Amino acid sequence: MAVVLVLVLIVVGSVLFHLLSPWWWTPIASNWDYIDNTIIISFWITGIVFAAVVLFMAYCVFRFRHREGNRAAYEPENKRLESWLMIVTAFGVTALLVPGLFVWSRFVTVPGDATAIEVVAQQWQWSFRLPGKDGKLGTSDTRDVTADNPLGVAPKDPNGQDDVLVQAADLHLPVGKPVKVLLRSIDVLHDFYIPEFRAKMDMIPGSVTYFWFTPTRTGTFQVLCAELCGQGHPLMHGVVVVDTEQDYLAWLGQQQTFAQLSAPQQSGSANQPPGKIIASNLGVAANSKLSRSAQ
Amino acid sequence: MVDVTPADAVPPAEVGEVELYHPHSWWTKYVFSQDAKVIAVQYSATATAIGLVALVLSWLMRLQLGFPGTFDFITPEAYYQFITMHGMIMVIYLLTALFLGGFGNYLIPLMVGARDMVFPYVNMLSYWIYLLAVLVLVSSFFAPGGPTGAGWTLYPPQAIMSGTPGGQDWGIILMLSSLILFIVGFTMGGLNYVVTVLQGRTRGMTLMRLPLTVWGIFTATVMALLAFPALFVACVMMLLDRVLGTSFFMPAIVEMGEQLQHNGGSPILFQHLFWFFGHPEVYIVALPAFGIVSDLISTHARKNIFGYRMMVWAIIAIGALSFVVWAHHMYVSGMNPYFGFFFATTTLIIAVPTAIKVYNWVLTLWRGDIHLTIPMLFALAFIVTFVNGGLTGLFLGNVVVDVPLSDTMFVVAHFHMVMGVAPILVIFGAIYHWYPKVTGRMLDETLGRFHFWVTFVGAYLIFFPMHYLGLMGVPRRYAELTDMTIMTESARHLNSFISIMAFIVGFAQMVFLFNLIWSIRHGREAGGNPWRATTLEWQTPQTPPEHGNFGKELPIVYRWAYDYSVPGAKEDFIPQNVPGDFAPSREPA
Repeated sequence: MAVVLVLVLIVVGSVLFHLLSPWWWTPIASNWDYIDNTIIISFWITGIVFAAVVLFMAYCVFRFRHREGNRAAYEPENKRLESWLMIVTAFGVTALLVPGLFVWSRFVTVPGDATAIEVVAQQWQWSFRLPGKDGKLGTSDTRDVTADNPLGVAPKDPNGQDDVLVQAADLHLPVGKPVKVLLRSIDVLHDFYIPEFRAKMDMIPGSVTYFWFTPTRTGTFQVLCAELCGQGHPLMHGVVVVDTEQDYLAWLGQQQTFAQLSAPQQSGSANQPPGKIIASNLGVAANSKLSRSAQ
Repeated sequence: MVDVTPADAVPPAEVGEVELYHPHSWWTKYVFSQDAKVIAVQYSATATAIGLVALVLSWLMRLQLGFPGTFDFITPEAYYQFITMHGMIMVIYLLTALFLGGFGNYLIPLMVGARDMVFPYVNMLSYWIYLLAVLVLVSSFFAPGGPTGAGWTLYPPQAIMSGTPGGQDWGIILMLSSLILFIVGFTMGGLNYVVTVLQGRTRGMTLMRLPLTVWGIFTATVMALLAFPALFVACVMMLLDRVLGTSFFMPAIVEMGEQLQHNGGSPILFQHLFWFFGHPEVYIVALPAFGIVSDLISTHARKNIFGYRMMVWAIIAIGALSFVVWAHHMYVSGMNPYFGFFFATTTLIIAVPTAIKVYNWVLTLWRGDIHLTIPMLFALAFIVTFVNGGLTGLFLGNVVVDVPLSDTMFVVAHFHMVMGVAPILVIFGAIYHWYPKVTGRMLDETLGRFHFWVTFVGAYLIFFPMHYLGLMGVPRRYAELTDMTIMTESARHLNSFISIMAFIVGFAQMVFLFNLIWSIRHGREAGGNPWRATTLEWQTPQTPPEHGNFGKELPIVYRWAYDYSVPGAKEDFIPQNVPGDFAPSREPA
């Protein structure tokens, strides 16, 4: 009998936990509330199925538990019932899949007016590149990475000269403007993930991956790496600040371009490979640069 | 489904009896044994031993997550080694080995009515190579640099680079070598299981009379024989990348400011190979559990399994479909996003045959005569955790929902519930069920109930709340959660709670181990068929069955495996080897 009670308690407890516990998603800051809605649909459908199956089981155990003289029924098959259950299940699965695929088609369709920006990951820090006045990002190649060109921007490509580089610092984005994030890594797999934006995507050395989103409110958001990238993985934080248009332009004006940074007199700063700094600090304390950006 | 053969209509045997290898000494009887039952025990004991290592590793990682900064020896490096070895041991060296090498070896010949596996010598080799694989794996704990910390998925490039523990030391080399050995050993065993089921069945044992346990193990083995080669080549290629400097998976890379020599390889190719193995692997673990739990429920509810034919076809459908869903592990891997449409659809389709299995288990309980024995309790607990974990799979399989949840604790909670907790509950139920056949004695009831309640309730309390940490966005594989803006104070408390529950559940497993050992000598005498079950392993002339299983004459099968509570029959079960429509049952010796 304890089993019946526990089965019922599991259903009631799980539902109450879901409704009352303080652990829930962070307030959203992007256009992907579609995804949140799909999750809500999933919670409803799966929650109902879970409760129905477990409660029915509890009822069976209560009603058909062994007592002296009981004998089970003999019913090998019931085609009708089995067909009905299959149809209902297929219907439920479709109800999950259709909205899911609908939202996915939005996720993979980048709007034409999205600004392309680039995120470059390496063990264990984030850097960013924004298109300059020409609105185009120059090409890049891991083979072009040097101490003076840590992102590997093609030195000869005219499109790349005016690109704005944000190395090992915070990225700013204007609110309300769709962004296509191009993702690149120069060493191992990483994953650009901001919980408030809901979206994430792996970065693969040798490829450029992407996703898009529109920031919907201003604020400061923490970037996490979501793909295991070695022992510095949990410290690989970054910051994205979503600004009003004015604040964004003010920030942008202070940034330096690739051409400026490559000029000989500018070299020598921030060119130490970050992995080495972090590796030497691991286990003692987070690197100062990281803990500052983590706020 | 009336499926009873009249006594005079059973076809004659196609193949005559084959002389078994007769052991001459203690060594060939108990150590280098060719008896599938001894090999099964060897597999199970080895898997349990290495599983204990994985349990301790899980405690260590929960110490770090629950009480961050308290234990200085758990550096990020050590943490990644713990999670990697925990995952790999549990999936491959414990679950796969125990279900196929352990239960497969013990139950297939007995349940199909064979004297042994068809290739006993190769079967013996299979175990010894498995043991070697385990030893190579364990040796990495003592190698310079320690075991690999690449995560159990071993994704390159980081798996073979210096930023990952063991990447440029021995760890990754030993891991890949051990996997290669495991696959070689498994293939030897796997061919045996398949051929024995297809060719070694006794007279009258048609495929559609096989107990679902055999169907589950058989289908899982076929899948494993098709899936493991993908892992095999992936391991060989990565080993070449690491040792000889080839570039199968290695593109141009700048590591710590230095250009590496690699060029042109594809990291994502490894992921496709890995998950082409890795997803079927989930079902390689799950299908034997599905089969076994069907038999546990039927036997202990004294009722035929509901919809047997549908259950068989569902197992086969799940097995086949599981080969076309692998990339749902890769929705955010950077592969072409349009693959998402295909893989989300196939993944959600697999929910239909899986749901049918759940309905049929529950409908078997309906109008049954449910004996709340320990195997039945574990079977009920399996249904709860499997339904829970299966339903969260519908979140993760539904491509766009996976985007925020992928790589978070939601995933960890999901796969632990569905392929950790659920199959292990079946393993426990199965051990309580078949231990009397293996040893001739029952496991202690009181200790067993204690073990059940702590394990079931504890495991649910560990993994159910964990989903919500993932929903918050807490990533998995984080050695520390410091400086993270989404981590609230209450979430830290939840992590401590989960850790404490993990220690308690782990402790309960020690009670179980004690019970296993203590009951060998002190358990209640079981008799030949303590559960009054129909399948052939309970009809052996001796308990434990001796080499050759069935004495002088192999049993002849007249009916399916589920003749429980047949109307008109005197007893509430009719063993498969009893002829006649409503024949009174025969007490086995």
